[in-house]
Amino acid sequence: MSDAQGPAVELIDVARRFVTPDGKAVAALRDFNMSVARGEFVALVGPTGCGKSTTLNLVTGLARPSRGTVRVFGKEVDGIDPRIGFAFQTDALFPWRNVIDNVAAGPLFRGMAKADAMELARKWLARVNLSGHESKYPHQLSGGMRKRVALAQTFINEPQILLMDEPFSALDAQTRVLMHEELMALWQQNRSSVIFVTHDLEEAIALADRVFVLTSGPATVKNVYTIDLPRPRVVSEIRYEPKFIEISHTIWNDLREEVQRGAAAQERAA
Amino acid sequence: MTDALSADAPVALPATDHEAEARNAARNHRRRVLFWRWFILALMLGGWELAGQMGWIDEFFYSRPSLIAVRLWQWATEGVDGISLWYHLWVTMEESLIGFFTGAIAGVLVGVALGRNRLAADVFSVYIKVINSIPRVVLAPIFIMLFGLGLASKVALAFVMVFFVVFSNAFQGVREADRALIANAQILGASPWQLTRSVIIPSAMSWIFASLHVSFGFAIVGAIVGEFVGSRYGIGLLINVAKGSFDAAGMYAAIVIIMLVALGVEQIMTLIEHRLAKWRPAPLQETA
Ligand SMILES: Nc1ncnc2c1ncn2[C@@H]1O[C@H](COP(=O)(O)OP(=O)(O)OP(=O)(O)O)[C@@H](O)[C@H]1O
Ligand SMILES: [Mg+2]
Repeated sequence: MSDAQGPAVELIDVARRFVTPDGKAVAALRDFNMSVARGEFVALVGPTGCGKSTTLNLVTGLARPSRGTVRVFGKEVDGIDPRIGFAFQTDALFPWRNVIDNVAAGPLFRGMAKADAMELARKWLARVNLSGHESKYPHQLSGGMRKRVALAQTFINEPQILLMDEPFSALDAQTRVLMHEELMALWQQNRSSVIFVTHDLEEAIALADRVFVLTSGPATVKNVYTIDLPRPRVVSEIRYEPKFIEISHTIWNDLREEVQRGAAAQERAA
Repeated sequence: MTDALSADAPVALPATDHEAEARNAARNHRRRVLFWRWFILALMLGGWELAGQMGWIDEFFYSRPSLIAVRLWQWATEGVDGISLWYHLWVTMEESLIGFFTGAIAGVLVGVALGRNRLAADVFSVYIKVINSIPRVVLAPIFIMLFGLGLASKVALAFVMVFFVVFSNAFQGVREADRALIANAQILGASPWQLTRSVIIPSAMSWIFASLHVSFGFAIVGAIVGEFVGSRYGIGLLINVAKGSFDAAGMYAAIVIIMLVALGVEQIMTLIEHRLAKWRPAPLQETA
């Protein structure tokens, strides 16, 4: 197969418009080009409302591009691809299922036998250090524990492409660093391609191989930065390294312009 | 340093004291609520009795709690016109229960089906609105004409009373299901049917339960109105008979029976709901 070496995700000249209830068209993406290699960890940063979540939705197949092509492993996206996993910004655990049933949801939906799914779920719960909490309900967990359940729920399907939409933005700084370590450990094992959306530039640099800076909406790729910090990285330490600070400075100068422009545009719209 | 510590000491009560204190406060609150509930009930019944005894209100129309109690006792021990009160009650309950269950099940099924299907919802919504605008009571004579004096006509009336309430809540509940949860289930691999069963219906459940609470009352209303218009047995018939003989105590006695039944069913429903909704966070302060 020739495309065994091809990129995992490609967006080619993609545009996405929304039609508001009063009939006006709003552009969220324009001339959007991006390519993510297999096993690559990519971060998207950009001002709020520019179209980052929209980009991820196009890759999942939950939304269609208005123009252009979205490809996953060389094939145009057409419906939801089982090789994709998604980590949500908001809490997306099923509140009426306990922890283990939440983690086992994916395999059960996909037709695995109940006993096997439960055993697998128990294994994944152990991997995110949540053994002993199997029969609790999501509202009985802390925010950090819920995020770990959500990670186990996503990773249990062993996705080859992992899309993450600001998954840790609701957490406090210390917990977030712990989650970064956890994510890196999980990713080191299965080496999926990751598209990680975030507002936090340091998070993006600490985790990613490449950082895409998007323009204010409608979004297009403004610049791409390759982060050549060695791996494995110690996320809690890396932010103090001079090289990290230098990269951080460069990207921030780029991003700041867009954030200011985005804020000004939103003020005008309001 | 030691001063600061000793100053702190009295503030830091042992945890058990705190717990005991909280328990006491909760118990006192419960007692106070219960006291006032019974007190107000006694006051109202006492006032009614007194007003009747003293002739401030006309006993012929308003009766008195003691007369009502006597009538209830008579019915319970001797029956009404040779037929046991329990049989009348059973007939009404049978009609209400069948109407309630069929109406609720149909309401949930249709509500979920239309909630999941945009086209069907848009097509049928106009019919549902039209039918829903008919006051249910006017259907009673029609159903009796169609289905006769027996069980079927009352069940039909109870059914339509229940169906629309449950239907509109189920429909709304499906529409309000969290988008993120739906997307999550789809990406995890749920088929449309799995999505309906394990995401849509559970998240509509609190809406559905809210409607079930009121709709058993509606089922009883349907059954009784049906009996009222034409029947051979049932609590509605008792009211009708009492009305025919200007027996105010009898009418109020029938109302008391209905009230007790409705309260009992409401209790059972709350129990079931708590059982089913064990995943929901408990309210911070549990009263009563
Ligand atoms: N369903 C929709 N209908 C209409 N407009 C939409 C819809 N979804 C998104 N938009 C618009 O598209 C633009 C991009 O939205 P998107 O959610 O992708 O932003 P984002 O970059 O993820 O923002 P944030 O960082 O705040 O999450 C916004 O202007 C938003 O108002
Ligand atoms: Mg977003």
